[in-house]
Amino acid sequence: MSGNSTYEPKNGLSRWLDARLPIMRLAHDTMSTFPTPRNLNVWYTFGGILTFCLGVQIVTGIVLAMHYTPTAAAAFDSVENIRREVNYGWLLNFIHSNGASMFFLAVYLHMFRGLYYGSSKAPREVLWILGVIIYVVMVATAFLGYVLPWGQMSFWAATVITNLFTSLDQIIPHLGGAHDPGLGTTITQWLWGGFAVGDPTLNRFFSLHYLLPFVIAGLVVLHIWALHVPGNNNPLGIDVKGPQDTVPFHPYYTVKDGFYLCLFVILFAFLVFFAPDFVGNPDNYTTANPLVTPPHIVPEWYLLPFYAMLRSIPQKLVGVLVLFGAIATLLFVPWLDTSRVRSMRFRPMMKQFFWIFVADCILLGYLGSQEPQAVWHLGGVDMPLLWPARIGTLYYFAFFWVIMPVIGLIETPRPRPDSIAASVLGNAQAAE
Amino acid sequence: MRIALPLAVVFALVVPALADDAANTTDPLPPKEVAFPFQGPFGTYDREQLQRGFQVYKEVCSACHSLNRIAYHDLDGIGFDAAQIKALAAAAKIPAEPNDKGETYDSDGQRLTRPGIPADTLPAPFANEKAARANNNGALPPDLSVIVKAREGGAAYVYSILSGFGQKPPPGFHVLANKYYNPYFAGRNISMPPPLTEGAVTYSDGTTASVDQEAKDVVTFLSWASEPKMEERKRMGFEVILFLLALAGLLYLSYRRVWRDMH
Repeated sequence: MSGNSTYEPKNGLSRWLDARLPIMRLAHDTMSTFPTPRNLNVWYTFGGILTFCLGVQIVTGIVLAMHYTPTAAAAFDSVENIRREVNYGWLLNFIHSNGASMFFLAVYLHMFRGLYYGSSKAPREVLWILGVIIYVVMVATAFLGYVLPWGQMSFWAATVITNLFTSLDQIIPHLGGAHDPGLGTTITQWLWGGFAVGDPTLNRFFSLHYLLPFVIAGLVVLHIWALHVPGNNNPLGIDVKGPQDTVPFHPYYTVKDGFYLCLFVILFAFLVFFAPDFVGNPDNYTTANPLVTPPHIVPEWYLLPFYAMLRSIPQKLVGVLVLFGAIATLLFVPWLDTSRVRSMRFRPMMKQFFWIFVADCILLGYLGSQEPQAVWHLGGVDMPLLWPARIGTLYYFAFFWVIMPVIGLIETPRPRPDSIAASVLGNAQAAE
Repeated sequence: MRIALPLAVVFALVVPALADDAANTTDPLPPKEVAFPFQGPFGTYDREQLQRGFQVYKEVCSACHSLNRIAYHDLDGIGFDAAQIKALAAAAKIPAEPNDKGETYDSDGQRLTRPGIPADTLPAPFANEKAARANNNGALPPDLSVIVKAREGGAAYVYSILSGFGQKPPPGFHVLANKYYNPYFAGRNISMPPPLTEGAVTYSDGTTASVDQEAKDVVTFLSWASEPKMEERKRMGFEVILFLLALAGLLYLSYRRVWRDMH
């Protein structure tokens, strides 16, 4: 699809530039004339929305960093100062903190969409893997950023997450001599820059939190590049067969993405202006105190499903492996899906397991938000929430490693339309 | 969907069952159901109530609780004019900076003070955490600057604590030494003595100073203190969302027009 440039420099200057650095040609071919399937639905607008989210986080973040002090003694005060004294600081702060939630909302919808329409399958495996890497870096960035306000939940989230690495002590209990700390403790102290979460930790987290969004931006360029080689997948999951199946990206998708982006921003604005603390935790309005552990430590909502998985495993190292395995699993999806049909629209069995998977992720998120010893009362029976969390974790892995490959082999897909144009216009017109 | 639907039904049946937790006498009660006029998307502060609340803070709470993030000049947000702010600040004794000899204490060991200026933050009742604990049976009265945002339940929670004293503990409940029974507090044993009493303050606007009124007033003031920009935020929110709705309408019309021949 790439390679057929229709760019024509209009004047002397653009001809001169085109012969030296064809950047206008690149912009024209990728953002204007790029042939895009004509049947993309609303779920395909999240790519543009995510780019917007990244831009908002970078711009607000750069300005916030001008007023933020990354030391344990001053961080919390500097954030309160931003909210109270900096011109529109409250606005920047609320956009940035709620922006993280909106970013994850969009990325999850984008990922579920990719899963449903088989967007990871050949020839888009690299595109999908780049997406998974972007997601991992997003999680890291969000975690680092959550630590910066240095409230109670910031501090204890940093403590809990960095302590995950101490589980590696179970592999190498002593690094070097018999009195040396193990592999995990060594790594954890290296991450901390000391013997507990403290000033050096906050300083490096700030540095990395500033760095990683630009890494994401670079990965996004690769992601879009990898998208533009095979072109977009589409809700039918069938290949584009010719020009009758596509429309130029501009104006067709610029206007469609623009409209849905605007709806997304309305929801975003509602959170920022009318419920700015809705996704936050009240404990983060209390200054970090290493001597007082909050009764209930929870991560932000977008990490709750993984937190539920971690807590459902009694053995720490196994729990940590499950946590990282849950994300790493996504890398293998292009090959775990054995079906020759991409879109679940034509996969009656897989579609059901997909919706159970969506429900499972929501259930795990709910379970992750509950106190660890919480209990469900089912009639006269008390069921610790541990058990649904375990079943939910099992289903998460079974969905990818068992259901996906097996269903792909045994399922009889429904017939697919001949072409995108045939599906959109009805067969008679497309036959021309 | 054939499997998903029954699953959803099971969740719907199970989740409400979580509510009927067995009553435990040390678990706190949920905060009282109380609505404040500053809540909701249209809510704004009543300036007179803010000033009454400030009076309660100043005459009652400030004996133990600091309000570190509020400077005198911030009080223009509750409707004081420049002259009132200047007078309020001047009446306060602020720990003085070192004098020409570098001293911060006089020959009797007393802390040197100076009259406040509008840029000063409200003075804290204790010099440091240890002094605060020594004067409060080991308990630390928290700073109140963001207290309403820092507690689950927000304004309703703080109101419930302030108006929740004087109830009889359930039989068998043990009120610890130097503690008070307050069913809205975690563990129900609170170190703070009942702070508000009937007529603890005399309102100049003639409002009757009942415990309930004092609690509502001071919670309103503390809510303002926890986010002085709230009214500005909501006002801008309406402008932004109205603009976005209009933009969405135009974008929708453009979208229909661009795509009209493509479906």
